[in-house]
Amino acid sequence: MRSTKLWLYGLILIAAVLSILLVMRALDTMLPGVQLPPAIGELTVERVDIVPEGFVAKIRANSQEPMQIAQVMVDSAYWVFAQSPPGPLSRGAGAMVTINFPWVAGDAHHLKFVTSVGETFEHTIDIALETPSLSIRSLRNYALLGILVGLLPVALGMLSFPILNTLGTHGLEFILAVTVGLLAYLFIDMTFDGLEIAARASSMFGGQLLVFVPLLLTLAALQSLSQRSSSSDNGTRIAILIALGIGLHNLGEGLAIGASFAVNKAAMGAFLVVGFTLHNITEGVGIVAPLVNKKPRRRFLCLLALIAGLPVVPGLWLGAYSFAPHWAAIYFGVGAGAIAQVVVEIDRFFRTRPDSQFANTRFSHTSVAGYCAGVSLMYATALLISV
Amino acid sequence: MIEWIKTSLTRRALFGAALATGASAKVSGNAKHHGKMTTVGVVDDVRNGFNPHEMLTDWDTGTASKRTDGRTVREFAITAIDHEIEIAPNLHFAAWTYNGRVPGPTLRVTEGDIVRVEFTNHGSHAHNIHFHGIHSAAMDGLPGIGEVEPGESFVYEFEALPFGCHLYHCHSMPLSRHVHKGLYGAFIIDPDPARHLELEDVARSRLLGSTENGHWQELLMVMNAFDVNFDEDNEVYAVNSIAHAFSKTPIKIDRKRPVRVYLINLTEFDPINSFHLHANFFQYFDHGTTLTATSTRIDTVMQCQGQRGILEFSFADHEPGKYMFHAHQTEFAEQGWTGFFDVT
Repeated sequence: MRSTKLWLYGLILIAAVLSILLVMRALDTMLPGVQLPPAIGELTVERVDIVPEGFVAKIRANSQEPMQIAQVMVDSAYWVFAQSPPGPLSRGAGAMVTINFPWVAGDAHHLKFVTSVGETFEHTIDIALETPSLSIRSLRNYALLGILVGLLPVALGMLSFPILNTLGTHGLEFILAVTVGLLAYLFIDMTFDGLEIAARASSMFGGQLLVFVPLLLTLAALQSLSQRSSSSDNGTRIAILIALGIGLHNLGEGLAIGASFAVNKAAMGAFLVVGFTLHNITEGVGIVAPLVNKKPRRRFLCLLALIAGLPVVPGLWLGAYSFAPHWAAIYFGVGAGAIAQVVVEIDRFFRTRPDSQFANTRFSHTSVAGYCAGVSLMYATALLISV
Repeated sequence: MIEWIKTSLTRRALFGAALATGASAKVSGNAKHHGKMTTVGVVDDVRNGFNPHEMLTDWDTGTASKRTDGRTVREFAITAIDHEIEIAPNLHFAAWTYNGRVPGPTLRVTEGDIVRVEFTNHGSHAHNIHFHGIHSAAMDGLPGIGEVEPGESFVYEFEALPFGCHLYHCHSMPLSRHVHKGLYGAFIIDPDPARHLELEDVARSRLLGSTENGHWQELLMVMNAFDVNFDEDNEVYAVNSIAHAFSKTPIKIDRKRPVRVYLINLTEFDPINSFHLHANFFQYFDHGTTLTATSTRIDTVMQCQGQRGILEFSFADHEPGKYMFHAHQTEFAEQGWTGFFDVT
């Protein structure tokens, strides 16, 4: 009986909401004085492919009225273009715009899209260079690069395991804190990278929420999962979580590097490889830190290395050949959320448990020094990458 | 790190979308190396209510009558109307117009005629008509002088002086908005040969309707531009309003007959515009107020806003073919102000 009443109550609420919507719609036509201002549209250029014959731009419209691309300018000149699919673009619709254009290698070019009502949307190609085409060979090369800068350095870092095993309690406390610092750095890095990408996505997708919503959802979901499996009492699970978090971050790094290689920024290549390698060696150390004084099997260690290091490869592929900014932003949000949860997990596992040898060391001198060292180390190696 | 993503997003490989998916997005062959620099599509002249080609020779001589003192009176009716015009294919501009067209009607009278213009305002703002010429202060067309509120009208009357290639435009405030919205047109005063006996033949050749004038191919070209996004920078440049009208359909020229162009600059925002003729040189009569050329052998002339003049040239000794003319501000040329003479 009681539940029937509740159901009825719920239905009435829904009906009320619907009637408010209907009344508002009616008001819109009944009161000519109350009208929406003319919509200012938005056009996002999600990416531009540079082919020998010209440009191929992926655009996305965001306006109340369907948006018609009337003309396209390149460097302040009208050029013949083809739009696929043709016709006006409704809200959220995407299209490919192809422009045959004799672009100049190394120069900047400016695209301007002019809509039928005279709105203009600009996009700058900073340095025109041909976009590499997809081939087995290029995929293989990117895979090799990914293994070189992703997998191997992580494995190398993990090889520090025997050394970590010789450290005393204070040493381990420090290394564990380094791992937390490192993860905190990755969390910040991933969040801000995500925010920057979100700014390039159509605002229709919610802007910065594209990062924060997935971040919070991921954090909440993983937290709830970890509460259920908290019976595990060794560092194995923590090591897997750290490896996963680092793996997610490395996929994001792969995206970025793939993108830079796709535009032939060869000059930064050497710095990039060195910086990235140092970065990932540090990460490898972090992964094995919770395994100290355990006797992990070799196969398990290999698995951890693969989880943490190999995602660089698909990251590179995606970065080099295809991704939409809104998907990338969501991905960075998920990654950041996962990393945040790992930090929480490490803290909970090692410092909150009364039987842990690191209990109540959260703000010890050794731990704080470790946090600082972790963040600084990552920052220093990142400087090499972003030269 | 994020820098790379930025650059990548601007210029990256989208392998799939462009090259693999859309067939129509595929870069086609003929323009492989240079593509084609023009606007895409066709402007609906019928919907616009005017045609840039017809405007070249669309002289409006008004309704003529004789006054008791023997003077010719020419009466014109001009109405200001808000009218959306298509200035490049699919690109629409909410214009303010005289008689529904931009530029407005080309008024053509003879030196000494009495000009009477009944101006009615059916637009949404107050407008007026300011004629370049000689007239009394009361006929000047300024804010407060001969300015007409929506729904009202006013009659401008003055003697057509001096002969030349002139213009008229709305002088209501803010001036730049009233001009760039499209309220302007040509006002040509032909010389009266009887008043210029020393150069009577020249004057006669300029007088519309004379046998000598019939030998000439006369063209009206109003250089104008449109700021479609209101950032005080033009997106479309043209002659007679429609981008690329004369490059898509060249102007037919009979090379046995000389060419006279009445050239007027009504471009807003850019201080100067220019006309450059390919493979030929012309005589130029600044403001058209003299019967001898002010520049005798030039191929490029520049005009500031509101400046105008008459160009005279001939293709008599040229091979038939297409001869280009355009603004020599390349940016203007590439945004619509380019045309061809198809000389036969």
